[in-house]
Amino acid sequence: MIKLEKVTKVYADGTKAVDEMSFEVDQGELCVFLGPSGCGKTTTMKMINRLIPITGGNIYIDGVDNTKINASELRRNIGYAIQEIGLFTHMTVGQNIETVPVLKGWSKSRRRERAEELLELVRMKPSEFIDKYPNELSGGQRQRVGVARALGTDPPILLMDEPFGAIDPINRVELQSEFLKIQQKIKKTIIFVTHDIYEAIKMGDRIALMKDGKLVQYDTPANLLYRPKDEFVEGFVGADRALKGLQLLRVKEVMTGTYATAKMGEKTEVVRERMEKEGIDWLPVVDNSGRFTGGVSISDLTGGRAKTVKDVITPSEAKSDINAVLNEALSLMLSSGLKTLPIVVEDNRLAGILTFDAIQETLHEAVKTGGTK
Amino acid sequence: MLEAWEFILRRPELLAEWVLAHLWIIFVAIIIAVILGVFLGIFITGKGREQIADSVLYLAEIAMTIPSLALFGLLMLLLGSMGLKSIGFLPAVIALVVYGQLPILRNTYTAIRAVDPAMVEAGRGMGMTERQILFKIELPLAVPVIMAGIRTSIVLLIGIATIAAFIGASGLGVPIFRGIRNARMDLILIGGISVSILALIIDGLMALVERRITPKGLKVGRQ
Ligand SMILES: Nc1ncnc2c1ncn2[C@@H]1O[C@H](COP(=O)(O)OP(=O)(O)O)[C@@H](O)[C@H]1O
Ligand SMILES: [Mg+2]
Repeated sequence: MIKLEKVTKVYADGTKAVDEMSFEVDQGELCVFLGPSGCGKTTTMKMINRLIPITGGNIYIDGVDNTKINASELRRNIGYAIQEIGLFTHMTVGQNIETVPVLKGWSKSRRRERAEELLELVRMKPSEFIDKYPNELSGGQRQRVGVARALGTDPPILLMDEPFGAIDPINRVELQSEFLKIQQKIKKTIIFVTHDIYEAIKMGDRIALMKDGKLVQYDTPANLLYRPKDEFVEGFVGADRALKGLQLLRVKEVMTGTYATAKMGEKTEVVRERMEKEGIDWLPVVDNSGRFTGGVSISDLTGGRAKTVKDVITPSEAKSDINAVLNEALSLMLSSGLKTLPIVVEDNRLAGILTFDAIQETLHEAVKTGGTK
Repeated sequence: MLEAWEFILRRPELLAEWVLAHLWIIFVAIIIAVILGVFLGIFITGKGREQIADSVLYLAEIAMTIPSLALFGLLMLLLGSMGLKSIGFLPAVIALVVYGQLPILRNTYTAIRAVDPAMVEAGRGMGMTERQILFKIELPLAVPVIMAGIRTSIVLLIGIATIAAFIGASGLGVPIFRGIRNARMDLILIGGISVSILALIIDGLMALVERRITPKGLKVGRQ
């Protein structure tokens, strides 16, 4: 647990960067520091691991005043990742990840084992990457190594300053989703700095919205969107808050679970009858073990007699994971032109479908009731 | 030319003596210059030492512009007035250390300053002490550049060391000075050509060392 109590920072030149900031971050929670550039996010974060000395107030880590702990010792127990990553270019990926384990005097075999484990966690094949050098990696891969390195000795707390800020938008979305999955496994207490409201809403359990060194609202993403405290928050959240709410919802909360399907081996006539009965013009197709393989439209089913679904199927790549954020699924529907998006779980098993109607209904409800979560 | 060759055949032990004496002076001088240059270079990169850094680099720069003959002369008088040995090995080494200093000092300083601040910040943020940041990040990254400085310095000193004969130190300057005094072309040639060959060989060797010592991570991939 991290507790800030009237934390204040005045720089040598007189700039008051942080002004009596007080709040708590619970164990296992991801807290986003959000706000316009220069509002004091980085300064606040760096006072937690004492990279910047505090001017006034106190910061407690698990109840202990952080100025009572040796600075290096404190930092070795708090993971640290920054936008510029700062991978050591003269060291291999493995050596980079082993930085804190080395500082803590872990044995060679234990370090190596940990490095491999962490590479697995960030979905990089250890055998392929552990002996590579940072200059041989892509931007996204470097960022993953940066995250792995921050988790070196499994610290309970993680500080991340715009960790995905330098990544292109497509890879950023992917890294965010992956990181959320990782967080579900590792359950760290995380401070995550960003100036991107979309990122904040997607990542945060709680958001600390700051302005001019002051804490404006500390709340869940839903409350920030639907119950803004004042005009600044409302303005920062934007007029399109209903759309931003798409970030808050997961596909699984909106999708239709039970739904008719067609099997690969079924006769086309049987399938057509089913579609006509249900009044729908498209069905997802699954193989014998329930894996999603494509779709059939009613127009494909006219004519031909003794055909099976297999002969008329349109193989499809467009689908969404059940844990995806709603706006990513919606965006996929818009770009692929699908009115019905198949939703899959592990192993490509079909779990349900997502439709525009369902999305619209859910969003309307959210705006009306002021957030569902 | 022919006479020079004949002289070498006649007195090979003399040439060997000069070459060894030449190398020995440079060896001693460069060791001291490296220790001094690297330490000073590291020292002036420290936080809040920008002013000191400027002054030190400026002084070293000035020292380079003193004509070597004048510096040797000055050292002779200075050491003499201090009651130390004013001719031969000691003043020669001191003068060479002064000259050899700048490339090493400047390269050490520039290379450490050039280390990506993000790496230093990441290191500090993960709990490295300032000493660990220096030895695990800054120095390994600076080593190739420091080596290049040492290489420049050695080649520079091979030439300047000939003038040390002027104040009675041994080395390849001896045949050159003797040749000038006695109008002996062969001696001048022997000294001059040996110095050039020596410089080429050592420069080549240092280039190899420089390549060997560059961390692998800096040689691979893009950037
Ligand atoms: N070392 C410093 N000296 C003086 N002012 C600083 C220093 N670092 C940051 N500031 C100022 O403090 C304020 C907050 O900065 P920062 O915490 O970096 O903001 P953010 O991370 O939200 O963009 C800004 O006005 C910035 O200019
Ligand atoms: Mg910042």
